[in-house]
Amino acid sequence: MGGPAISVRDLFVTFGKGADAVRAVRGVSFDVAEGESFGLVGESGSGKSTVLRALAGLNRDWTGAASIAGLDVATRDARLPRIAQMVFQDPYASLHPRHTVDRVLSEPLEIHGIAEVDRRVTQALEDVGLGPAFRFRYPNQLSGGQRQRVAIARALMLQPRVLLLDEPTSALDVSVQAEILNLLKRLRATQRLTMILVSHNLAVVAHMCDRLAVMSRGIVVEEMDVATLRREEPKVPYTRQLLLASKGYDRAVAARMTNED
Amino acid sequence: MSEAAPSWRDRLLSDAPRSRREAKLGQLYRGWLQFRRNRLALLGLVIVVALVLVAAFAPWIATHHPYEQNLAQRLLPPGSQGHWLGTDEFGRDIFSRIVYGARITLYIVVLVALIAAPIGLLVGTAAGYLGGWVDAVLMRITDVFLAFPSLILALAFVAALGPGIENAVIAIALTSWPPYARIARAETLTIRNSDYIAAARLQGAGTGRILARHVMPLCLSSLTVRVTLDMAGIILTAAGLGFLGLGAQPPLAEWGAMVSSGRRYILDQWWVATIPGLAIFVVSLAFNLLGDGLRDVMDPRGKK
Repeated sequence: MGGPAISVRDLFVTFGKGADAVRAVRGVSFDVAEGESFGLVGESGSGKSTVLRALAGLNRDWTGAASIAGLDVATRDARLPRIAQMVFQDPYASLHPRHTVDRVLSEPLEIHGIAEVDRRVTQALEDVGLGPAFRFRYPNQLSGGQRQRVAIARALMLQPRVLLLDEPTSALDVSVQAEILNLLKRLRATQRLTMILVSHNLAVVAHMCDRLAVMSRGIVVEEMDVATLRREEPKVPYTRQLLLASKGYDRAVAARMTNED
Repeated sequence: MSEAAPSWRDRLLSDAPRSRREAKLGQLYRGWLQFRRNRLALLGLVIVVALVLVAAFAPWIATHHPYEQNLAQRLLPPGSQGHWLGTDEFGRDIFSRIVYGARITLYIVVLVALIAAPIGLLVGTAAGYLGGWVDAVLMRITDVFLAFPSLILALAFVAALGPGIENAVIAIALTSWPPYARIARAETLTIRNSDYIAAARLQGAGTGRILARHVMPLCLSSLTVRVTLDMAGIILTAAGLGFLGLGAQPPLAEWGAMVSSGRRYILDQWWVATIPGLAIFVVSLAFNLLGDGLRDVMDPRGKK
């Protein structure tokens, strides 16, 4: 293949027009190699989810260049659904309330005319650690963690090479978070996925990713590999602050926080 | 019987249905259990079911022919000479005419619902989901229809198309879809930016598929409730048109027309106008009660 699996160049996203315009993303560029797991970290409103949604094709009002597996995202290529899929943050909002798990999982197959629906649906449920007993349940009969597993299974139905994860665990209980992260890690290994993980949680990113970019106010302030993060040697003050903040609340830490405003 | 009952009940209420059909039936059964707790709604359902049965078996239930005139027995009071509810000005048996009138009422209600609800659903979901100029155009058309009182608009349509029951149906249907479009659009607006719609788009689902399989099913419950509640209004509008002589034409046994023709005798022979009026009242009330009960079960906002 050669080139990077995902490439983003000078991405600008602006919401609204005129005086009310919010420049959510201001010139973000990064590359993700085939098979790599890339983290996008930042506080709320830093534009990390906006980058992901633009990359997924859910937001069309952006400028710059973005491509996945060599296909320009802006062209809405019909092959893109089978290459890149996304898992959303809130599993309570990402499953259709009137569709059974079976229907959720078989719909992508139907759309793309893929045969062996029965076998694939059972297999997908097994892959995400849900038994066949879950197949005909409605979302309201599932827990948050189970729903997120279904959402992950749905994203993998078309056997994509790229998985875009938008805070996949932040809406879940702490005990369930680890299960979902380990599931994602296992799936990444078995299905050789390229991943972009958006999170505000540095521990999650350190656990899941090879490399990460720290975003603040719509720009990437620092790119580093996870080893650097683990050694706690970020170069930029903002990242150091984020790192301190991730260790929980502490008076000493709070006192050392500088306000950038 | 009672030994066999728990097994299918447990299967319906189980958390792990074994097939699509079972999941669907389980969902329905749960709805029914909730519906059953509402006594008044159950009464409404019983009356509506009775209306359907009466309409279906009218020839066996009616004691006389609904159009058979007998001037020797005109304007007999209820209970006399085998006429349970009396006779009208041409000596026709009122009970039999009420029974046959159930057919016409049901015909009007069902046809109007079948025409108006899909039009409203289609216009509303398309406007809400597509937005932009499609939304603007469709909703302005809806506004134009909403600007007229529906009975007046129906009168105008019937005047243009000519009196008759089919034209009454068309006129009522044409005037009753705008509220459904409004409801469907409002519902669609709340759904269209949700993550599950985004997920469907990401999977490559086209607009038609998203509208038909993701958006419409969610609009259907509030629409069903509204249509059921509106059925009373449809019956009244049809009766109103009949009363004005623009709906069903004589000798058809339409309840509104019966009230209208009995009006002349209302002081001396009260039953001629009152009994069809009562029939309209009971059936309208039943649809209202049924609609209320359905809302409790189907409208997600009403829950908890």
